[in-house]
Amino acid sequence: MTDTLSSAEIPDFPMARAAGCPFDPPPRLRALQQEGPLARVRVPESGGTAWLVTTYAEQRALLADRRVSSDVTRPGFPIPAPARSGGIGLSFILMDDPEHARLRRMVQGAFTVRRVESMRPAVQKIVDDMIDDLLAGPKPVDLVEAFALPVPSLVICELLGVPYADHDFFQENSKTIIKRSVAPEERAAAGGRLARYLDDLVGRKLAEPGDDLLSRVAERVKAGDLSRQEAAQMGVLLLIAGHETTANMIALGTLALLRNPAQLALLRESDDPKLVAGAVEELLRYLNITHNGRRRIALEDIEIAGRTIRAGEGIIMANDIGNRDPSVFPDNPDELDIRRDARRHVAFGFGVHQCLGQPLARMELQVAYSTLYRRVPTLSLATDLERIPFKHDGAVYGVYELPVTW
Amino acid sequence: MKVRVDEDKCCGAGQCVLLAPDVFDQREDDGIVILLEVEPAEHLHASVREAAAVCPAAAIELSENA
Repeated sequence: MTDTLSSAEIPDFPMARAAGCPFDPPPRLRALQQEGPLARVRVPESGGTAWLVTTYAEQRALLADRRVSSDVTRPGFPIPAPARSGGIGLSFILMDDPEHARLRRMVQGAFTVRRVESMRPAVQKIVDDMIDDLLAGPKPVDLVEAFALPVPSLVICELLGVPYADHDFFQENSKTIIKRSVAPEERAAAGGRLARYLDDLVGRKLAEPGDDLLSRVAERVKAGDLSRQEAAQMGVLLLIAGHETTANMIALGTLALLRNPAQLALLRESDDPKLVAGAVEELLRYLNITHNGRRRIALEDIEIAGRTIRAGEGIIMANDIGNRDPSVFPDNPDELDIRRDARRHVAFGFGVHQCLGQPLARMELQVAYSTLYRRVPTLSLATDLERIPFKHDGAVYGVYELPVTW
Repeated sequence: MKVRVDEDKCCGAGQCVLLAPDVFDQREDDGIVILLEVEPAEHLHASVREAAAVCPAAAIELSENA
């Protein structure tokens, strides 16, 4: 047995970031990484303990291991807050193969590299229109409300066939679901509202199909491949994942660049799509907004790094510190360097659950970053860093508000 | 270099298509990998190796001495 610490010495996870270091993972995570790949942590959300994996190689190995499960219904699962969203479930991200693959493949075709690339001109237009409005409006302005949130919301609405007019409703409920500090009943209520909304929408697509992903999912319901509830859950998942994550990357990425003016200048003054694409990878690595870790449970005993993870024990891969692992990113991993080759980051996870929408996220971020700073070259913070509200309590990290001027 | 892909393992993340579009594509309906070049030209080898390294599902297998 390797677990010799008394329970009083086992730290809680998630951990707190250091004051004044909003872009860096909690210092305790760095210390644990230096001590070795695995540590025991307490997970207050589940009332149990789990293995925390802090090194890149072991994180990838475990995320790709078929003896490791995402099935949140298994006893002992180190459950993340959003999973307990009142039984709506978040579809296939909380399942194992073959069920996971069966459901994922029904929607994966909408996110192929080729399909996403064909959407680039439409996304460019959304971004340009949004910046026109921004420049014509008052300043300072909250960049989250005026740009970071509406851009990906418009894109995912268009792709799914969700009326954008309903954005206040779904953004509000998504926010509640992914907030760490929300009461379970409140989260369940928000989840229920979104599930009913999507169920109703699937019903409308069944009656009147359009040229959108939700209509194609509805077709599978008609063909008997999928229950209507499964379809609605899938819709909830894609709608939340499709706008919250990208929105946080746009706003937090902008803040990180504003705090690293030399890097921002490099990006702004380049029209090389390769440099832009590389900058997106580096910002994904550096910011790793899914800061609650990838949560799993062992199905069998697993020997790793001289330890044994027992069947039934929870495992948490802290990808934020994995992306700062000096053995993989040797040149000052704690620095933002947009010319770094960062493609091997695990910000989208690893294994068969790796982000389904990553080609879309990449493209949206490339368009957003490469357009915003070029068209608003004097963009600057309209407040002090200390006054910016960070989403320490979010399942997805970011900023609640980003007051900017130009 | 010889490339083999495993369609059952593939999860359609698309990283291989981004890195080596001359060698990999994706099926339109479910995003699963399509191998375009079993024996890619030498100038593509580095990007194919990178694609195999970042594939989250270990669905790309390379034999280098072929």
